[in-house]
Amino acid sequence: MSHTFNGPENIHSQAKAALDDPQLRQNFRGAMDYLQDKRRSAFADPDEESKIRELSEAIRQRCLSKLPELLELLDANCSRNGMVVHWAQDETEANEIIANIAQQHQAKTIVKGKSMVSEEIELNHEMAKLGIECLESDMGEYIVQLDGDKPSHIIMPAIHKNKQEVSDTFEAHLDDFTPTVDVDELIQTGRTRLRQKFHDADIGLSGVNFAVAETGTLCLVENEGNGRMCTTVPKVHIAITGIEKVVEFLSDVPPLYSALTRSATGQAITTYFNMISSPRKSGELDGPLELHLVLLDNGRTQAFQDEEMRKTLQCIRCGACMNHCPVYTRIGGHAYGTVYPGPIGKIISPHLMGLEKTKELVTASSLCGACGEVCPVRIPIPEMLQRLRTEAKNPPKPDAIAIEGQASASSTLESLAMKGFAFAATHPKLYHTGSWSATKLRGLMPNKIGPWTQCRTSPKLASNTLHQLIKARNKRAGGES
Amino acid sequence: MRVYPAKPKTVYLYGTCLVDMFDPEAGLDAISLLEQQGLEVIFIEKQTCCGQPAYSSGYTKEAKSVAQSQMALFDEPWPVIVLSGSCGGMMHHHYRRLFQGDSALAKVEQFCERVFELTEFLVNVCRIKLEDKGEQTSVVMHTSCAARREMNVHVTATELLGQLDRVTLKEQAYESECCGFGGTFAVRHPNISQAMVEDKTRHLSETKAALLVSADWGCLLNINGAFEYQGHSMQGRHLASFLLERTGGK
Ligand code: SF4
Repeated sequence: MSHTFNGPENIHSQAKAALDDPQLRQNFRGAMDYLQDKRRSAFADPDEESKIRELSEAIRQRCLSKLPELLELLDANCSRNGMVVHWAQDETEANEIIANIAQQHQAKTIVKGKSMVSEEIELNHEMAKLGIECLESDMGEYIVQLDGDKPSHIIMPAIHKNKQEVSDTFEAHLDDFTPTVDVDELIQTGRTRLRQKFHDADIGLSGVNFAVAETGTLCLVENEGNGRMCTTVPKVHIAITGIEKVVEFLSDVPPLYSALTRSATGQAITTYFNMISSPRKSGELDGPLELHLVLLDNGRTQAFQDEEMRKTLQCIRCGACMNHCPVYTRIGGHAYGTVYPGPIGKIISPHLMGLEKTKELVTASSLCGACGEVCPVRIPIPEMLQRLRTEAKNPPKPDAIAIEGQASASSTLESLAMKGFAFAATHPKLYHTGSWSATKLRGLMPNKIGPWTQCRTSPKLASNTLHQLIKARNKRAGGES
Repeated sequence: MRVYPAKPKTVYLYGTCLVDMFDPEAGLDAISLLEQQGLEVIFIEKQTCCGQPAYSSGYTKEAKSVAQSQMALFDEPWPVIVLSGSCGGMMHHHYRRLFQGDSALAKVEQFCERVFELTEFLVNVCRIKLEDKGEQTSVVMHTSCAARREMNVHVTATELLGQLDRVTLKEQAYESECCGFGGTFAVRHPNISQAMVEDKTRHLSETKAALLVSADWGCLLNINGAFEYQGHSMQGRHLASFLLERTGGK
């Protein structure tokens, strides 16, 4: 099944469709249970877990507090190492930069390692318009691309499919494929078909997990080796990343790397860890002849400008928040209609796309806090959601800068209701008349109250409020004494 | 970890709006439990609601005014015992956040430090020892997410049930998962909420426990409503009522 992205505005209908698909729900539940278990065993010692999380948070906060200067330093050091550094304000600029590089090399094919930022700028689509073919080489991305689909998870793009469904995809799109549900065989199939592509591609493109300012080093975390192939075999390597991925010191990397892999898949270490510091030097036998780094803003500075929302940028894209989210577990990644799904998607997408489009997204949470509890860099995701809800409902505070789509969810009716609530709650007499009459008139309560009663009976009010019972109790006590 | 004070002589009870309207008996039962511990319990008549509905819907200003009005009612330095982990979390954690950068913050923080959820107070401050006088039975417990993640009180609630000799605590699958209530979330995203509460009721009923208890009426409105809709006989009760009954106080 291919999932058209209709945007986060349509989360209601997209979620409904996902909820009505038993196979999809089973796939997600099974996969998330598995990933939760993995994470649990990777952090068996809760004290160690909290130490790692505190350290990771501190590192990310320190780096973000110096973001502008670290980016300058990164640019200087990467350039000194022989990379070409590009700054892109938005998707259009990023695509133009990449298209220009491709055109300079008369490139026809780009082989890609996993990069969510490339999804963010819809690179494949934009390059196709120019006659440049992008080939996904990460196994999950490869499957998703064969389907003409989008990733449903930031770490495991094809997690929405089970083995049988992967086999079905291969059968539909690959010649000489014999259907199988043997995972090794499926992977081997992908690997064999991809092998030649690495050699043929004109350009390799990858994401970046950590960009080290002090040394000008790009770190890439992966398990399949395709990342290394993409970044070493083609003549040109383009790395693209969001501006928030910069870290100050090389020594910041090991703790973050450990927090990342343990949170994501429960691995102590990944199969591959690439540290890229320059294009091929003279005398070296391999490596790209040209190395470009594209630094993308695309709304990140908006989050950066606000001290509280800046925490959103601490994210190291481990996916643990979605793996533990009861909403994500049930509706899966596509229903969100955003590149980044799950809890992190709900708090970063408003900056990337504006609140107007994402206002339904920020309400799609019970604020249960399962995400914040596992986030390795301790982003208080529920607080971020509460904050974004406030921004969606209200004009900016007098001293603050409006964020894109500010107040787009403001509703006169709801706002009146909430003002009424606040007025009543601060005026006890009025409030208690309200709850008194509610309990007294409970027979008149409608037994259908909108969406609540689609799966529940309506709540039953008691015949007296606690306030009344206590009054009566005190009276009795007074009478007895 | 929170540091707990010595046992006081007097406490305030914060009933919460849901207990007030839907299960006032639980409020009386909580008072009895606290009185059994030798405490004088003061119920301030003017208390209303902690302001969470406005807060979680993004009406920060309104929530702040409600918070202010509630805090003003509890001017003695006594602990404020809250009958819901979720409202407790609001008053213990989020009130601070509401007053970030406000000159009143220091005072607000003092108030927040005085807020305790009922079970954490019984266990960590009163060091209660319950004597089970009931028949052999089994219960399953649901803990609200805020109670668990903001107040850590699933630990104390479990400990209280553990003190009851003839009560077997059954553990449901996905115990720590949200029931799908989330205040306005349940009506704003009814289909997602439905999927969550249907899983929750299934996991709870699969334990075949005789009773369901919870120290949070938000979740109980949701779970009980779903059980009743499904024609299932399981109906959750407030933990305070269950504890009082088991110890012969009722
Ligand atoms: S928000 Fe936290 S848990 Fe979610 S992907 Fe980012 S780092 Fe991981």
